[in-house]
Amino acid sequence: MSEQALKELGGHIAATLGDDVLKVELKLGELMVTVRRPSLIKSLTFLRDDPTCSFEQLLDVTAVDWPEREERFEVVYILLSYKHNRRLRVKVTTNEDTPVASAVPVYNAAGWFERETWDMFGIFFSDHPDLRRILTDYGFEGHPLRKDFPMTGYVECRYDEDQKRVVYEPVRLTQDFRSFDFLSPWEGMTNVMLPGDEKAQAPDTGSKP
Amino acid sequence: MTIATSAHPAAGQSGGKTQIKPYTMNFGPQHPAAHGVLRLVMELNGEVVERCDPHIGLLHRGTEKLIEYKTYLQAVPYFDRLDYVSPMCMEHAYVLGIENLLQIKAPLRAQYIRVLFSEITRILNHILSITTGALDVGAITPALWGFEEREILMEFYERVCGARLHANYFRPGGVAWDLPAGLTDDIWEFTERFPKFVDDIDNLLTNNRIFKQRTVDIGVVTKEEAFNWGFTGPMLRGSGVAWDLRKSQPYEVYDRMDFDVPVGLTGDCWARYLVRMEEMRQSNRMIRQCLKELPDGSVRVEDRKVSPPPRGEMKRSMEALIHHFKLFTEGFHVPAGETYTAIEAPKGEFGVYLVSDGTNKPYRCKIRAPGFAHLQGLDFMSKGHMLADAVANIASMDIVFGEIDR
Repeated sequence: MSEQALKELGGHIAATLGDDVLKVELKLGELMVTVRRPSLIKSLTFLRDDPTCSFEQLLDVTAVDWPEREERFEVVYILLSYKHNRRLRVKVTTNEDTPVASAVPVYNAAGWFERETWDMFGIFFSDHPDLRRILTDYGFEGHPLRKDFPMTGYVECRYDEDQKRVVYEPVRLTQDFRSFDFLSPWEGMTNVMLPGDEKAQAPDTGSKP
Repeated sequence: MTIATSAHPAAGQSGGKTQIKPYTMNFGPQHPAAHGVLRLVMELNGEVVERCDPHIGLLHRGTEKLIEYKTYLQAVPYFDRLDYVSPMCMEHAYVLGIENLLQIKAPLRAQYIRVLFSEITRILNHILSITTGALDVGAITPALWGFEEREILMEFYERVCGARLHANYFRPGGVAWDLPAGLTDDIWEFTERFPKFVDDIDNLLTNNRIFKQRTVDIGVVTKEEAFNWGFTGPMLRGSGVAWDLRKSQPYEVYDRMDFDVPVGLTGDCWARYLVRMEEMRQSNRMIRQCLKELPDGSVRVEDRKVSPPPRGEMKRSMEALIHHFKLFTEGFHVPAGETYTAIEAPKGEFGVYLVSDGTNKPYRCKIRAPGFAHLQGLDFMSKGHMLADAVANIASMDIVFGEIDR
């Protein structure tokens, strides 16, 4: 997987898909293509069927939550080509309300991967044959991998001896969840001018108080 | 079989013929043949599976969420707990991902040790997979023999890192400690008699009439299906695809290793069993080669921003003490970027998609578990088979719930 070959592949994808491609990046020797959301299925079908691309397998579908962005979710499709021994990541952006077209018609494997992404992030995949929650509990509320979902969650469950069943209760922490801010201010202070620092660099004009 | 029928198996009499209507059966979540906490909701027509809907997530621990709240180093032990049958391979993918983001490379000796223990892990995993798979289809002896060998291998684990299962041995930039004295000799001794064990299992199972009746032509996966459903590892090789990340995208020192990739011809449970058997022999070969070629040198990068200073240095050097303190409180900062790093884990392609925002904690860490994709295929693999064959399918997929539920 040489950089040059990936660069050429990126060029080929950008040239063929034209306006559908928003961005082609090559970082750390890995190729990423951001496509426009409406043309996702078209792009994936092209990537699978085009002999130069020939990405036969969808390895994973996942998402990254960037709450400060306009469209907070970045849905990532990880593809692998056995024929050319190459990997590719396809990305689309979306938000809580906008559905993304399901990739199941292109890759069967997308079924559970998209269910998981729906479960974890609440990204809706339109035309998915069976979009149920998959990893969380039956009747779970919320989407745990969103950045605004607290790590401790909202409910905890225990077996109640009196009621003879499992009961759900709001989370009660005996101690506040400790999240230390280890980001040291000193690391970032290398190029900061503190009051008085200008004296060290100021050219000596000879005027003394 | 735990049977809890939600719709009773209505057997209506009509015109002298007994007609059995399809009914729904619940399989698990506590079932010895489910390899953990798998709940299957099956639609059966008599004893023939018509639809099979796996309900997973009963072991979901939110690993990916927890990792976002831990520093890079603190997140390593979570990977042992994913696929708890092959802990070090999981660590391997994560550690390689961090090293890719940091753009560092472990010293050669550390790479050899990693490969050595990855292959020990592969044997550990395959022994469990094959023997419990045989148990599911009725053979008890292999499991008894296999667990004895596993115990010996887990002793190697214990000697190298102090724990039998949850190793936490691979670290960004190398491995935690060097091998203790005498360990290489003992592993060498193990590799000399291990082929005998594989032959014994071979004699017990491979041409065993009952075993073949239960596995040949069961759960056939074609090449196209394997691609389409995201199958990797022995599930893919069993279907005749010669693909192994250790060969095609070699990481660490796998490009120096001398080994063959076994490929199945028929794509059924038996082919996958044969692939795993041969992989154990090849792993044994690689372990021997690693031990022969194991170079001297350090086992961790010398960069003190990533790996801690030796204890002796800390007693004398203030700088070393500061580095140690910073490393184990704040951790190291990883440059912003993202990477998908995959390794050939015993079960298939195990990948880690790491997104870093330049701080000391991963912004997002997606774990690509091979078993997740395989279990999705259980429905199409079991359709039209008998209920007992669904069990054989589960066994041949090498399901471990730690990695599927995460």
